[in-house]
Amino acid sequence: MPFNFSKKSATADDKSTASKDFDGAGGAAVSKSAQAAINVKLTAEQKIEFYRTMLRIRRFEERCLRSYQQERKIGGFLHLYIGQEAVAVGCCSVMQETDHVITAYRDHGHAIAVGMPLNPLMAELYGKVTGCSKGKGGSMHFFDPSRRYWGGHGIVGGQVPLGAGLAFALKYKGVKGAALTFLGDGAVNQGAVHEAYNLAALWDLPVVFIIENNGYSMGTSQARSSAGDLAKRAEGYNMAWGVCDGHDFYEVREATEKFLALAREKSKPSILEIKTYRYRGHSVSDPDKTYRDKAEIEEYRRTKDPIQLFQNTLVAEHILNDTLIEKIDAEAKEEAENSAAFADASPYPTLEDITKDVYWEEDNPSQKKSQGRIFFD
Amino acid sequence: MPVISYREAINQALAEELERDPNVVLMGEEVGQFDGAYKVTEGLLARFGPRRVMDTPISEAGFIGAGIGASMLGIRPVMELMFWSFYSVAFDQVLNNAANVRYMSGGLINVPIVIRGPANGGTNVGATHSHTPENVCAAHPGVKVVCPATAYDAKGLLKSAIRDNDPVFFMENTILYNEKGEVPAEEYLIPLGSADVKRQGTDLTIVAYGRAVINSLKAAELLEAEHDLSVEVVDLRSIRPLDEETVLASVRKTHRVLLVEENKPFCGVGAQLSYIIQSKAFDDLDAPIKRVSAIDAPAIYSKPLEDEQLPNPQRIRNAALAML
Repeated sequence: MPFNFSKKSATADDKSTASKDFDGAGGAAVSKSAQAAINVKLTAEQKIEFYRTMLRIRRFEERCLRSYQQERKIGGFLHLYIGQEAVAVGCCSVMQETDHVITAYRDHGHAIAVGMPLNPLMAELYGKVTGCSKGKGGSMHFFDPSRRYWGGHGIVGGQVPLGAGLAFALKYKGVKGAALTFLGDGAVNQGAVHEAYNLAALWDLPVVFIIENNGYSMGTSQARSSAGDLAKRAEGYNMAWGVCDGHDFYEVREATEKFLALAREKSKPSILEIKTYRYRGHSVSDPDKTYRDKAEIEEYRRTKDPIQLFQNTLVAEHILNDTLIEKIDAEAKEEAENSAAFADASPYPTLEDITKDVYWEEDNPSQKKSQGRIFFD
Repeated sequence: MPVISYREAINQALAEELERDPNVVLMGEEVGQFDGAYKVTEGLLARFGPRRVMDTPISEAGFIGAGIGASMLGIRPVMELMFWSFYSVAFDQVLNNAANVRYMSGGLINVPIVIRGPANGGTNVGATHSHTPENVCAAHPGVKVVCPATAYDAKGLLKSAIRDNDPVFFMENTILYNEKGEVPAEEYLIPLGSADVKRQGTDLTIVAYGRAVINSLKAAELLEAEHDLSVEVVDLRSIRPLDEETVLASVRKTHRVLLVEENKPFCGVGAQLSYIIQSKAFDDLDAPIKRVSAIDAPAIYSKPLEDEQLPNPQRIRNAALAML
């Protein structure tokens, strides 16, 4: 029996039947993108891994929420990605070794999608020294340059010029790669975003601006915050653009690959708007009652859950079966649980750590005259 | 030794670093085809081409943000702000992204960017173009702030700034661009965070930076000629990192200190210096610390009054005399 992701209680121990809460769950979700070249070439093992990654994101974040609300081990902001998993995993699944990625503050999914292990992520949320940023960044500021993942940025739209800059560096160095620059639908009205659009188009930068449109900029719906269509604004900058369904893993891959190819091969920027939905509040403190109906959330959970839909697809493709689904889920939950135990057992940074990682030179006194770390050399 | 202008010294530093390191890129409004709004980048486009010297649209948040992103991948962008006053439209990039990325990544990412341009009043352009944000910027750990007073310092400090692995904000002065000084033909670097005693003295220490150093030196000459007083002038050269030791050594020598800055006094560099001096050299002081700053109001347009709003040699001399 496939797991039912539409249940509002996040505990996956619930074994209620899918058919009750999930219309269409019994039938295979047939994606029109299944036959796209980028998807046809996928092996069964790859598909299982992508499914597993989406599930790991969800189980990780459900565990985060428990650590936050019940155990009170995590504080501050916690912007959950639950409901949007197919976007990060789909987009990052078509990245090549010369592609780079940067995103905003709802960054857990992207971090896991690029391959960051869960332990340092959870430890970061716990504020522990074993965290990916040594407990100095927190939920909104995950980074992993070794996986070409440049954060994790807290200010709405502030990372978008940085993404254009990553693309500039690639072009300057003659590297055939692209910068996937994620932003939310709430960021599209920030000036810095439009400045980045203009520079990217003016300088033919290999960047794909990916608007993850979950319908709400915090508690303000798209209709109440943005005039016109979001991706279509690309036309004002002579950029290519497109819109795709973020609940459909194959479609996300097909659309992302199309614009990534445009960036890599022709050094042209583009805007891809991916329609998605978050089930949780903007952050943990969001009561989620003032700006949308519960029924709306339930409807999305019931009919659009990206993990459930991909699971259905893989079952229909005879790649997943109940046993495997159970196994993958049990492993994902165990991994998330282990990350919480790891974080819990880890020490906090010391008082001395506060003033480290401020200046390169102070941290590297013996290399004072060196040139630092330079990529591409 | 060749005598060149402060402007030429900066131009030489840029050219030498462009020559030395292929990762160095200049960007800014009018830096290329126009040869620079203040001609600081004159001839560099012709010499290095549009790949290395890039004109940008009027879009400070965009191009400085792009420079920060590029620097994370190892490019060394040197961004010109036509006026440092324009940093405010890029504030999130300058002081949230550039200053914080290294820390928030636990030291995994470096941001070796230089942002340079004039930061000064005194040019009869009113409040919006007369900001001196060295104190605001220096209040952000993660960035370095440099304010050269002479051609020699400007060149040596800028070359160090471009080679630095952290963001360096380099604040020049349009009034100094034509000031000439001796600059060696051979290469030299001045480390960031080293103050320079510009004039030796025994009766009083003046601590200043930027153009305030030049006016303090003039005041010191007046004090010597008119009153036979021996005034030491310490040029901070960089605000952050701050060379406390050179300042404190001078205070221990003269026992009196006057702080001079062209910035506003409230929460200014002088306020921080006063705290440091009283906490580390209290017993060496024979008089309360005094300071001369801009008069505390937005920069006035009217020229004769603007000249009085900023520290000038007469105001500095009078303040010094009141301490002796």
